[in-house]
Amino acid sequence: MDTIIQGKAYVLGKNIDTDQIIPAEHLVYSLSDPEEVKMYGKYALSGVPIEQAGLPEGGIPFVEEGYYSSPYSIIIAGPNFGCGSSREHAPFALKVAGARAIIAESYARIFYRNCVDGGFVIPFETAQPLNKSILTGDELSLDMENNTLTNLTQNVTYQLRPLGDVVNIVQAGGIFEYARKNDLMATTEA
Amino acid sequence: MAQTITQKIFAKAANRKFVDPGQSVWLNVDVLLTHDVCGPPTFDIFKQEFGPKAKVWDPSKVVVLPDHYIFTANEHAHRNIDLLRQFAAEQGLPNYYDVGTDRYRGVCHVALAEEGFNLPGTVLFGTDSHTCTSGAFGMFGSGIGNTDAAFILGTGKLWEKVPDSMKFTFEGQMPEYLTAKDLILQILGDITTDGATYRAMEFDGEAVYSLPIDERMTLCNMAIEAGGMNGIIAADSVTEAFVKARTSKPYEIFHSDPDAQYHSMYRYNVEQMEPVVAQPHSPDNRATVRSVAGTPITKSYIGSCTGGKLTDFRLAAKILKGKQVSVTTNIVPATVLVASQLETEMYDGQSLRQIFEDAGCSIALPSCAACLGGPSDTVGRSVDNDVVVSTTNRNFPGRMGSKFAGVYLASPLTAAASAVTGKLTDPRDFL
Repeated sequence: MDTIIQGKAYVLGKNIDTDQIIPAEHLVYSLSDPEEVKMYGKYALSGVPIEQAGLPEGGIPFVEEGYYSSPYSIIIAGPNFGCGSSREHAPFALKVAGARAIIAESYARIFYRNCVDGGFVIPFETAQPLNKSILTGDELSLDMENNTLTNLTQNVTYQLRPLGDVVNIVQAGGIFEYARKNDLMATTEA
Repeated sequence: MAQTITQKIFAKAANRKFVDPGQSVWLNVDVLLTHDVCGPPTFDIFKQEFGPKAKVWDPSKVVVLPDHYIFTANEHAHRNIDLLRQFAAEQGLPNYYDVGTDRYRGVCHVALAEEGFNLPGTVLFGTDSHTCTSGAFGMFGSGIGNTDAAFILGTGKLWEKVPDSMKFTFEGQMPEYLTAKDLILQILGDITTDGATYRAMEFDGEAVYSLPIDERMTLCNMAIEAGGMNGIIAADSVTEAFVKARTSKPYEIFHSDPDAQYHSMYRYNVEQMEPVVAQPHSPDNRATVRSVAGTPITKSYIGSCTGGKLTDFRLAAKILKGKQVSVTTNIVPATVLVASQLETEMYDGQSLRQIFEDAGCSIALPSCAACLGGPSDTVGRSVDNDVVVSTTNRNFPGRMGSKFAGVYLASPLTAAASAVTGKLTDPRDFL
């Protein structure tokens, strides 16, 4: 796993639910066919009302019309990110679009588990409401070893909450990789 | 050591005497549920991780109920059903309920109950966030993603953190104008959409135990709307009668110890409560129906796992009997059984179906339909700037279709009363 993730910020508000992350009408594409998988990138975060997409001004789509990936790789959001349905298509779509990490005040449980167990995007938590100070398009650097986020555009560094228990699964790249490394698949089969 | 009902079920499933909130444990899973949206990707991951020839841990414990995108011309949706069919055949799954056959049932959470899969004291995981519905049977039910479901398919186990519990006690006698939907929307307004994240929501009290199973399922169904891991109601004689009528499988009833520790406790007196709605665009955006009465609507929708059960339609029929709806009103029975009950169940000398047809409602085939939007040809889907009063469970932007639409979540009584007047209407005006 890389220890530094650098990229542009995409800023959202609170309660970004999984229908906004990937609307139900798009859940019909295969998650394994490479051509169809691209559609998850195309429609990632397409359900966010446009005035709330890319804060503070809004009106910025995560993925531009006609594209399959996003110029933004770090999502900044308020509390309760990923609430709603259990669809794993949600963290999957963010990954396909090019997102590598989310930094939110809190997460809904199923979404959080899906991010970690599926090894899609890394869900960091922050005690401060960073979506009020970071602007969409700011260049960010996420230091995974020290749990810090630096806004290179504004020259400010923030402390993030350590990943805690799940760090080992995140580092392994998902629950299956983790289980294999730790002989848990064998144990659980017994 | 005192434990809550959820802790006791966790302890049993983890082969321990007791478990503490916050502790991570491996649970033995009794039933894994999946459907047409998340089944195919789950099976893909299972094959990828356990090998193309791998067999599921226990075919009798895997329940596959297609329900989300059934009656649509969408070719990808049809492909998903084909993939379920193929996997069920390969693995010899006895509990696959295929579309287009007499085995088709409809909405998974309601069908699980009808088919006797919900058993007190057991552990159910499902690839649908509303799997918490089954907590109405004094069991642990919770939603998971495809990867976790694939892990269970191969091993029969999953790790979970033992949740803290929150207790919601409803005292008093339920007034006729109040339903389980009003109770849960009241709670959501009080604790918000992340008020129970990673916790168990335990419901009890005289009013809760006076409710039929259908209504208890509605209460537990929306635990996820508060972020809850599970909702749960300890089994009583009503639960046992329901279960015994459907299965002879053994089960174990657990109760919370009187001195169990709770994260927080809430008390309500139902006799002092009013019908409420959740205004757009969040299930916690509560208002009394009185305070928003008169708001014009364009559609009424009575259906889904939380609003399409027999009890929901009995309530709606009480209001719609002998009246005309003034906006498009979709009646979507959750299951084939509920659809047939609309024919056989009588109210005031008429079948429920007749009452709805005479009132001018459209009656759809049993499935999830427009609860979650779905393909563009889905029955009842919101379009443009629709304002919908709906018995479903979620009203985030775009949930029922159009991003520009607004959805008011309400009880079947409120949805029916509003359908008649064409504006949000307190059901007490008709009762």
